[in-house]
Amino acid sequence: MSDQTRAAAADGSRFEPVILGFTCNWCSYRAADLAGTARIGYPPNIRLVRLMCSGRLDPTFVLAAFARGADGVVVSGCWPGECHYQVQNLRMLGRFLLLRRTIARLGIEPARLQLVWASAAEGQRFAREIARITEEVRALGPLGWSAATDGAAGDLAGVLEAAAGAEAADGAAPALPAEPVDGADPASPAEPVEVAR
Amino acid sequence: MSAGQDGERIGVYVCHCGSNIAGKVDVAAVRDWAAERLGSHGVVLARDNKFMCSSTGQELIEQDIRELGLTRVVVAACSPHMHEKTFRAACARAGLNPYLCELVSIREQVSWVHSDQAAATAKAKAVVAGGVYRVAEHAPLEPIRVAINPTTLVVGGGIAGITTALELADAGFPVHLVEREPSIGGHMAQFDKTFPTLDCAACILTPKMNEVGTHPNITLHTWSEVTNVSGYVGSFQVTIRHRARYVNADLCTGCGICQEKCVERVVDEAYEAGLGYRKGIYMPFPQAIPKVPVLDREHCVYFEKGTCKACEKFCPTGAIDFTQEDDEVTVEVGNIVVATGFRLFDPRRVEPYGYGRLPNVFTSLEFERMSNAAGPTGGRIVLRDGVTEPRAVGIVHCVGSRDRNYNEYCSAICCMQSLKFAHLVREHTDADVYEFYIDIRAPGKAFDEFYQRVLEEGTVFVRGRVAEVTDALRFPDEAEHDGRLIVQVEDTLAGVQRRVPVDMVVLSAALEPPKDAYDVARRFGLSCSSEGWVIERHPKLDPVATMTEGIFAAGCALGPRDIPSSVANGAAASARILGRIYQGEMLLEPVRATVDEARCSGCKVCNDLCPYNAITFRADAGVSAVSPALCQGCGTCIAACPAGAMTGTGFSDDQVMAQIEGLLSASLAAPPAPVEVPTPEAVPA
Repeated sequence: MSDQTRAAAADGSRFEPVILGFTCNWCSYRAADLAGTARIGYPPNIRLVRLMCSGRLDPTFVLAAFARGADGVVVSGCWPGECHYQVQNLRMLGRFLLLRRTIARLGIEPARLQLVWASAAEGQRFAREIARITEEVRALGPLGWSAATDGAAGDLAGVLEAAAGAEAADGAAPALPAEPVDGADPASPAEPVEVAR
Repeated sequence: MSAGQDGERIGVYVCHCGSNIAGKVDVAAVRDWAAERLGSHGVVLARDNKFMCSSTGQELIEQDIRELGLTRVVVAACSPHMHEKTFRAACARAGLNPYLCELVSIREQVSWVHSDQAAATAKAKAVVAGGVYRVAEHAPLEPIRVAINPTTLVVGGGIAGITTALELADAGFPVHLVEREPSIGGHMAQFDKTFPTLDCAACILTPKMNEVGTHPNITLHTWSEVTNVSGYVGSFQVTIRHRARYVNADLCTGCGICQEKCVERVVDEAYEAGLGYRKGIYMPFPQAIPKVPVLDREHCVYFEKGTCKACEKFCPTGAIDFTQEDDEVTVEVGNIVVATGFRLFDPRRVEPYGYGRLPNVFTSLEFERMSNAAGPTGGRIVLRDGVTEPRAVGIVHCVGSRDRNYNEYCSAICCMQSLKFAHLVREHTDADVYEFYIDIRAPGKAFDEFYQRVLEEGTVFVRGRVAEVTDALRFPDEAEHDGRLIVQVEDTLAGVQRRVPVDMVVLSAALEPPKDAYDVARRFGLSCSSEGWVIERHPKLDPVATMTEGIFAAGCALGPRDIPSSVANGAAASARILGRIYQGEMLLEPVRATVDEARCSGCKVCNDLCPYNAITFRADAGVSAVSPALCQGCGTCIAACPAGAMTGTGFSDDQVMAQIEGLLSASLAAPPAPVEVPTPEAVPA
């Protein structure tokens, strides 16, 4: 538990995490729509970005979200086998699993990055999962990555910029900080990801 | 990346949606916040309105674009799936490129799901900021125009495919109808009566089949399959493989002498559902269309032993041709309808019901053939020995459906079909009939009336899932039932276990997707559910379109349904296609991937990621290229491109990154500390 969370707990107010959600246009965003239409409530901590397909998820989106202040990121797509672009959600799954290991190396608890399969009919499930994830991220406390990376030389935002700007032709991997970013918890081992319904 | 640098003039419109949004979100606060805090990002005005989607709301936007020179518009209202088109159209009317408008949802994603007003208002601000940051990165886009070839391909010659083909052909446009079996007609051709009207299936189907067979606008490809589909909406190239019939269709008169003379007798697993026989050369049924037999080379004495040719000897027109080979044709079509139907669940999988082990357990399709006057028993309902009439018949519902072990879905037609069976048994025999059901689902027109009628006829209804069908007697008082079948069931209404002796059991088996449903889906670029049913573009509002432009689906390919629904699907699909044909061209959403050739290293990573084969490698230039008409805009290639050479209109990296920044900026600007306490009466007027 970070100092900030402890402080928040001490004065009686809860830590309210900010969670960014990436949804696909066809299933998971429609599940969110359905949760709305059916008035199934969930915590207001999540803010959604609509992509056409979860396969559009560029790993840098997730890193950028953390770098800009998100305490958690949810990636949501159609169930395996039901992708509206056939199998593109499975392409996302590959990146997701790799990303979870990557952020662990960068000092971010893997539980801050979560996957939710939701069909367009699963408003209830979507709401339930968002509520669960919100509580999990709340328990982890603030990530504080944006504060940690602001202005520091060779910081992560810089790494991200470098990665985004790097020409593929030169083939050089962008340099990663040798040590975990200050203030972040040490990497916890990657948890198994539930992929089956 | 920050907005406003290019002198963009952004208008923000916050909708009350009556009290739908305003009841939970402080709309005025969001409006004022946007005007004050997002000014540095190009926001020049922020307004609110009771109903932005109303004509006044839309006119407000149009007026501001014209008079105040807005260059971007953000509307915070309902889900983009609801009114994105509405607001884009409003912008277009005022001369602003419609793709410079962004609709962000503060209703479905905020006011309808969050109960705390302060938190909902704070989130609404973040969502608006996301929209403002994003829209600054938008570029004017033009929809993609493609010409529509007026010819249509219909895959599957059941009642859904027949209806589609006839509707299109009658409207004056050419149709290619492809059917895998030797004749069109599908499952409906196997039935005797149709529920609930008890129309004779053949009497209503065969005239339509004839019409298809003789229609000048329909090219029939039976005993054929689609092997390849390429192209895109408006101009698909489809390869159809004609399996060799070994009969010259031009010479054959359909007299049937070959069938008579053929010495090979084969159990007919297709049309007769395994209950009857056919010959090695055969027409599946007398009214088959086309009236040209097929020689089954797997069951032909000549092909097996090199001698016989009885059919050839007796054919009066010399139509038999043993040298025929499979051939392929390629046709050009503008739209495709997939009406590939269903297959029956194999009840052998439910071992306790004894199908395949106990001779007098029948499938629903076997019973259809048995009750059909043109079927193997001439319409007599008899046991497997072919003579004995049953004294009692048990009909088991939901075999393989509504069952977690097999299929969770309801097969939709089994209740009504089972009621029809009960009626037919009582019409043809003196047998007692037992219906073993979970629930009776009779929601269609005149369905419940039919149920009441069957009830009044004296059919016994036992509510409960059958545990077992057995020929093993368990109790001394069952001795008199030696040789019969016992249906073990828990009667859930009476709360007792029953052992009901019957002579015949009919299993109302589930409808399942065809065995090769996934291959079909892949071939046509369709999405299908984990069971294998084609997924419609929208289950309610777009029930016959698929996610792939130009490809529609009808009938049981979409899921279990009855004949009227299949016909309605077929007609709906043809209406959608006719609309496009009359337009001559159609506009596609310009959400597409493009390659920046200067950055593309030619690594081909993207090539194999595209399920639509939209990306090809141009060897001459050493770069990949995207076909905009094939691309469906999923963006997977953009995310995967290591060089950042792939970009996507509508969902570019810059747009998504800007939205992320916007969504997170609001929380960073204001400390998360004390939130305002909502006042109960604070609903804005």
